[in-house]
Amino acid sequence: METKLIPDERGYFGSFGGAFIPEMMQANVTELREQYEQIMASTEFKEEFEKLLSDYVGRPSPLYLATRLSEKYGANIYLKREDLNHTGSHKINNALGQIILAKKLGKKKIIAETGAGQHGVATATACALMGIECVVFMGEVDVARQAPNVGRMKMLGATVVPVSSGSKTLKDATNEAMRYWISNPFDTHYIIGSVVGPHPYPDMVARFQSVISEEIRKQLLKATGTEFPDRVIACVGGGSNASGAFFHFIKEEQVELIAAEAAGKGLDSGFTAAATFKGKSGILHGSKTLFMQTDDGQVVEPHSISAGLDYPGIGPALAHWFESGRVKYEAITDADALAAGKELCLLEGIIPAVESAHALAALDKIQVKSGETIVVNLSGRGDKDLETYLQSL
Amino acid sequence: MENRINNLLEKKDNLLSIYFTAGYPNLNDTTDIIKKVVDSGADLLEIGVPFSDPVADGPTIQHSNTVAIENGMTVKLLFEQLKDIRKSVDVPLIMMSSLNPIMQYGFENFCKKCKEIDVDGLIIPDLPVEEYIEHYKSMVEENGLRNIILVTPASTDERIRLVDENTDGFIYMVSSSSTTGENKKFTSDFEHFAKRLEAMSLRNFLITGFGIKDKMSFDQVCRYSKGGIIGSAFVKAIAASDDVMTNIEKFMKQFN
Repeated sequence: METKLIPDERGYFGSFGGAFIPEMMQANVTELREQYEQIMASTEFKEEFEKLLSDYVGRPSPLYLATRLSEKYGANIYLKREDLNHTGSHKINNALGQIILAKKLGKKKIIAETGAGQHGVATATACALMGIECVVFMGEVDVARQAPNVGRMKMLGATVVPVSSGSKTLKDATNEAMRYWISNPFDTHYIIGSVVGPHPYPDMVARFQSVISEEIRKQLLKATGTEFPDRVIACVGGGSNASGAFFHFIKEEQVELIAAEAAGKGLDSGFTAAATFKGKSGILHGSKTLFMQTDDGQVVEPHSISAGLDYPGIGPALAHWFESGRVKYEAITDADALAAGKELCLLEGIIPAVESAHALAALDKIQVKSGETIVVNLSGRGDKDLETYLQSL
Repeated sequence: MENRINNLLEKKDNLLSIYFTAGYPNLNDTTDIIKKVVDSGADLLEIGVPFSDPVADGPTIQHSNTVAIENGMTVKLLFEQLKDIRKSVDVPLIMMSSLNPIMQYGFENFCKKCKEIDVDGLIIPDLPVEEYIEHYKSMVEENGLRNIILVTPASTDERIRLVDENTDGFIYMVSSSSTTGENKKFTSDFEHFAKRLEAMSLRNFLITGFGIKDKMSFDQVCRYSKGGIIGSAFVKAIAASDDVMTNIEKFMKQFN
């Protein structure tokens, strides 16, 4: 099966993707679909985006050779330090890209959904920077477990709306944001934080995040003399940091791509978020993709210790890369992730987000070959997860 | 193929269509609710297949969906409950569902089952018209069903024409930019939209939905379309007390 990097004009990556949205959302999504590529390709847009990425975000983020971690595995392990970005995660790349786009579309208000709060903080930051009103929807459970990020969003001037429907987590926050957008279709832009949702979101968000793999290639060339690592590892909730870390390697077959999925309390525990292991094809949040559901087509509530990975499905491109065999998936439990996160603290002095700790834990699941080069995308920093780590000590 | 929806639209105005969620408030209420609503004067019925994450619905209908799923409602069980429904009611019956539960049942199987039971139409809000035409239309038509498609004030003329060309039941006119059950007033925006549609001389009749909650709002939309669809207000009313049948009677009384 041919592996697609860019979707066809209807938004399909192989059999996944599309735009399954009610007519009430069509006008907004069509406007975006008709204009995003053209705006993103314009010199004016590129200059503004690149300038913000370098001067405001602090890009390029370092590609750090983690020597003590490398020693443990007998390989050269590089960490792509997205945790060092302004606001502490890769989410700021997409938030800035979309807010410039929204401004060019003449929008006056921004809405967003957030799980761990990283995307909410990034969006609130971008809105403060541009002087645009910001409303962030967040599940009540996540509001409670990610209190520091809720505080940050409020400091940045955003209105945080707690969502009490369903499992009170990310998928419910997404539902509420979509409803709000339906009711406010003209002046509002919805900044989706992951590579999910109707076309063009999965493609657009992946392109904004593709700066990650673009930099990895350049930085690795400088460090090692080759642009291509043997493996790239990234965690997958919806899949935005993984899409960004894989993007410029999808067509380079010699690079093995590994996605770390949140297995929660175990694949067969009934408390998991591993969509490729436990999901099947269906329609959720506007696209056809893999997600966990009952035989009757009802969404199964996901579970992960990491609020950012607590989503029942994955983006359509990631589902396609899974189906085509291009990306290999590993299931990482809550316990695996916490152990890997704590190990990174002790070996390298870096506290990773629990999301990123899932990617690190994949090192134990694969057969690391002596001397090989592996890049792990460290998607975010772990300050927000301190409580979670401390409780497990 | 002859269909109750077309027959009804040809001969009657001010059609009252009632939506309810199957399996709510109690798992086995479905057929009793249908009979009671028809006896109380409804012209058309929309039977909601519950889905865990219905994007186009507001809080009232979402809540009824959640309860119905918790009660144990499934597509399979719903068809089982409806198998003898034609022995007691003859009004048009329309299945309203998000796409995913239908997909998991199998779209073609779903259509065949609807035909077997003698259901007349489908409303699938998250199935866009283009996708419908390309992948699903033939299965719907082969089974004699009418696919009812939504248009909103934000729909372009081009999309409205496309909908009009590809449906043979009625067009579901969404009264305003909103999810179901929002208590919006029918302002000049609605009239403007209605007049815009009128000027397009569409071949299909229009029935209005979203935000209609009582006799007054129903009468208002009937001035501009063939009828009105009441969903959230009805769903809210039937759970007002434990006596579902009395609740229905009370709610429907205002329309007689």
